Amino acid sequence: MNTRKMLVSLTATATLMSVAACAAPEEENDTTTESGVDAAAATSAEDFGGMDELVRAAQDEGELNVIALPPDWANYGEVISTFEEKYDIEVNSAQPDAASQDEINAANELAGTDRAPDVFDLGQSVALANTDMFAPYQVETWDDIPDEFKDADGAWVNDYGGYMSIGYDSAVVPEVTSLSDLLGPEFEGKVALNGDPTQAGAAFSGVMMAAIANGGSADDIAPGVDFFTELKEAGNFLTVDPDSTTIEQGTTPVVIDWDYLGAAAAANVDTWRTVVPEEAVVAGYYFQAINADAPNPAAARLWQEFLYSDEGQNLWLEGGARPVRGDAMAEAGTIDAELWGALPEVSGDPVVPTDEQTVTAGEYLAANWSKAIR
Amino acid sequence: MFVLVFLVVPTLTVVLGAFQDEDGALTLGNLDALTGDAAVSALKGSLILSASTAVIGAVLGALLAYLIVSMPAHSLPRRATLAVSGVLAQFGGVVLAFAWIATIGPVGVVTNAVMELTGVDLYGSGWLFGLPGLVVVYSYFQIPLMVIVFAPAFEGLRPQWREAAVNLGASTWAYWRHVAIPLLTPAFLGALLLLFANAFAAYATAAVLVSQGQPIVPLLIRQAITSEVLLGQANVGYALALEMIVVVTMVMVAYNLLLRRTSRWMR
Repeated sequence: MNTRKMLVSLTATATLMSVAACAAPEEENDTTTESGVDAAAATSAEDFGGMDELVRAAQDEGELNVIALPPDWANYGEVISTFEEKYDIEVNSAQPDAASQDEINAANELAGTDRAPDVFDLGQSVALANTDMFAPYQVETWDDIPDEFKDADGAWVNDYGGYMSIGYDSAVVPEVTSLSDLLGPEFEGKVALNGDPTQAGAAFSGVMMAAIANGGSADDIAPGVDFFTELKEAGNFLTVDPDSTTIEQGTTPVVIDWDYLGAAAAANVDTWRTVVPEEAVVAGYYFQAINADAPNPAAARLWQEFLYSDEGQNLWLEGGARPVRGDAMAEAGTIDAELWGALPEVSGDPVVPTDEQTVTAGEYLAANWSKAIR
Repeated sequence: MFVLVFLVVPTLTVVLGAFQDEDGALTLGNLDALTGDAAVSALKGSLILSASTAVIGAVLGALLAYLIVSMPAHSLPRRATLAVSGVLAQFGGVVLAFAWIATIGPVGVVTNAVMELTGVDLYGSGWLFGLPGLVVVYSYFQIPLMVIVFAPAFEGLRPQWREAAVNLGASTWAYWRHVAIPLLTPAFLGALLLLFANAFAAYATAAVLVSQGQPIVPLLIRQAITSEVLLGQANVGYALALEMIVVVTMVMVAYNLLLRRTSRWMR
């Protein structure tokens, strides 16, 4: 009996201790730079005393932690290496294949350590649910960014976007022009969606595209789920998570995904084509934010400056993504005109689901998706 | 101490988490979520997968175990089979999934060979990446596991019993019917339960193979934790884990009862 009592009290203590260990440490990092600027509170390069001072402060930190940035996603591989070379700052890229929610989880778990992520690149719903974790900051090119693509205080800014598209290997399947083509017998066991739509933002937008193509709207995603049910019944839907490897192997000859990821796939597969279906144009932007608890606050801010500079924006464009300053840069003539003109043709009004529509559609998917593709 | 750190604390964390909402307040809402369509069908998928691979593994594994046990104790095939089983029983996870994709996936070696020779499309519409695929792939480690856990039961059948039965005029069939099978039944059922629990808790293989629809509970837990579309589901993940603990506990209690019976027989 005594041993049992002891075990119980030990368990209780251990549980309490583990709970206590989960709480964020109270102690604040010393983020003041040598020139006496509190980097963690700076909301613009001006606060540092100009770009040169910001660069110096960032170089003193010497490191930048990023998370969930796949090298073949919107050209992030080159974005990172260019930043490293230009400023001589080491970028620690953790879990390149992680999802947006993993970024927030990592920031909470690692809070207070020097391994916590400095910056986030998030899908819409995760970003808008966690705005209290972001440090407001306005980059030098702030005025170029259209108002609907940024938080008024700069807590978050859209970084790059694209359109939901159908990518396919033209050597394996016939030409695709619309979603209904995919129901044909030539596509048996060949059509993949980038992730599970109850889980991944890209897949979610894929179902949204199918909904709009089949008489639904941003408020009504049900026809999209029905489309995939049909696709599954035709034996065409493939439950593999596609990435550039499965595309190269030939495991996933047709992939429903963002157009810029199709562009990345095309780099290794000559016969890869990407089409944005005319009848259903769905656009989506990702969200960029600075972790309020960033262990390298100055480097985090310099990273933002770099991403929204002409150079950074053109690097994203090289990955096939539409940089948020694209229109302003086209006007100013600083954009890579050839790449800008080569983006897939898009006609019609793009649909961008609001946060509320995303939540409603997500609830519908949670209840119906697993039934649909069983 | 080990029990505390590696068993008691994680279990308590799961149980507490299952009854809390996102802000830490007590709630039964997470358990409510277990009655939703997705959760029910995932539980069904898990039970079907575990039960079918346990039966496949137990039957085929028992036959294989019988064959090798009837060989002389030091024969090469017997030792080799046991050694290979020992390795394959632990051959799970990502490696196993890729091995199957490379073999009978859409561009797998065997798929292509069969296609060229006979024109039959083994791969079809992608069954490998759903529940049927999981049944086949899980059997790959279930059968060897059965060989390992069941071979000793065959070895426990003493030749004297058979001699005694024959002396009393029993035919081979009568010996099996009245002596061997009743003796082996508890051990067989115990192994069946062990296989069930083994498949029920496996995660990594399924995580690589299946990305859509989360047909089994461990994958649904992954969704609850990492989803970027449905937010704030972490505690539902705890509730799902609690559900798994309950199922495995029931299996283990049954296993222990059987074990007690077996040891009585074998004394």
